[in-house]
Amino acid sequence: MAEKIIVDGRGSFCPGPLMELIVALKSAQVGDELEVLSTDKGSANDIPEWLNKVGHEYISTTESEGVWHITLRKKK
Amino acid sequence: MKKILIVGGGMGGTILANNLARRLTSELKSGKVRITMLSASEKHMYQPGLLYLAVGKITPDELYRDQASLLEPGIEFHVDPVEEFKLDNNQVKTKSGKTFDYDYMAIATGSRMFPEGIPGMVEGAETFYTEDSALKMFKRLQSFEGGKVVITVGVPHKCPMAPLEITFMLHDYFKDRGMSDKVELQYTYPIGRVHSLENVAKWAAPEMDKLGIKYETFFNIKEVDAKKKVLKSEEGNEINYDLLITIPAHKGMEVLEKNGLGQSGWIPTNKTKLNMEGRDNVFVLGDTTNIPISKAGSTAHFEADTLGENLAAMVKIGMPVKEYDGKVFCFIEAGKDRASYAMFDYKNPPDPKAPTKAVHWFKMAYNKLYWISARGLL
Repeated sequence: MAEKIIVDGRGSFCPGPLMELIVALKSAQVGDELEVLSTDKGSANDIPEWLNKVGHEYISTTESEGVWHITLRKKK
Repeated sequence: MKKILIVGGGMGGTILANNLARRLTSELKSGKVRITMLSASEKHMYQPGLLYLAVGKITPDELYRDQASLLEPGIEFHVDPVEEFKLDNNQVKTKSGKTFDYDYMAIATGSRMFPEGIPGMVEGAETFYTEDSALKMFKRLQSFEGGKVVITVGVPHKCPMAPLEITFMLHDYFKDRGMSDKVELQYTYPIGRVHSLENVAKWAAPEMDKLGIKYETFFNIKEVDAKKKVLKSEEGNEINYDLLITIPAHKGMEVLEKNGLGQSGWIPTNKTKLNMEGRDNVFVLGDTTNIPISKAGSTAHFEADTLGENLAAMVKIGMPVKEYDGKVFCFIEAGKDRASYAMFDYKNPPDPKAPTKAVHWFKMAYNKLYWISARGLL
């Protein structure tokens, strides 16, 4: 199984974690698991919403010491 | 002798070279230090000027200066782009076949638009990220007689404010031509608000409402049907257009990808120390990094200030003295005669104020002051 791809969006107000994820997904393979790290609470809501619209698999969100970890899988 | 090699003659490379030359004046004179710049062009372009070129506010000649004229005495400048990076040997090989050694190297080769990544985009859309494309876009605007104008945004892209700026400037452009009742403007954006910066989005969305500009969020372009004039998004939506303006996705320079320095030409870079990951004598500036912050001239500028201070200190005392805090400053043109600005860093989000004519005129002044900035004086 391929290693999880980490998208480190900590401290990124612009372009921000979701934009970083969109870029990362372009070069990821279908089936790859990605984990977005974000210090922006809004991303914890925006990313699952966008994944649902586009059709990628949202797996989970956890928070630890001010960093949100959003895990997903590329589906198409 | 310590050899400092700067690869790239854009804003980051130029400010760094000048900053270093001033800090190391005596070392340059005594031969203890050599600063060499390798660039692909003898000209230096003021890239933010392309936005104005696209709407007929400036002409191409205003974009350029001779690169050599911007550099402090003592900096060796060669128009000879690097083709091969031999990091284990602290060497690069250039197009002319020469080899340059270094003790410290800074890579600041910038980025390039990549509309080819979206099927139909090159044929179907106008853009303004090169002199030729900006002029072509202006000619297309001048011959446009009305209809639906759609603005689409790829990621990552250079200049985070460009999508908003071109939208507001197009609104005023058509208004000035007396075409407001014939043109419908529709803005699209990849995430769930009209700009990545939340406070900028909070300001921009009501502005668009006031001006009658429609917008659709969560719109990531998948393909363009240039014949039918239809845009299709990754989210499954379609938009018809009469004129398509794109902020295309960007890539780093091909030479970096070919040399295995970073995927898509973005080099993995430490966000505070600015060294290439795994290398302590190779540094990266501006668009070229993979740091998750704005690909903007000001980013390159502030990073160059930090790196200039650090490299000079490394020559003098053997260690760096400063960390980059993620500072970015962006003007935001809100039309033809009003502007705001956003300033932020890794810890502090921006708080843009309502646009004013004063900030717009300061931006107009900065378009000229840039040449002082590139010299490292502002």
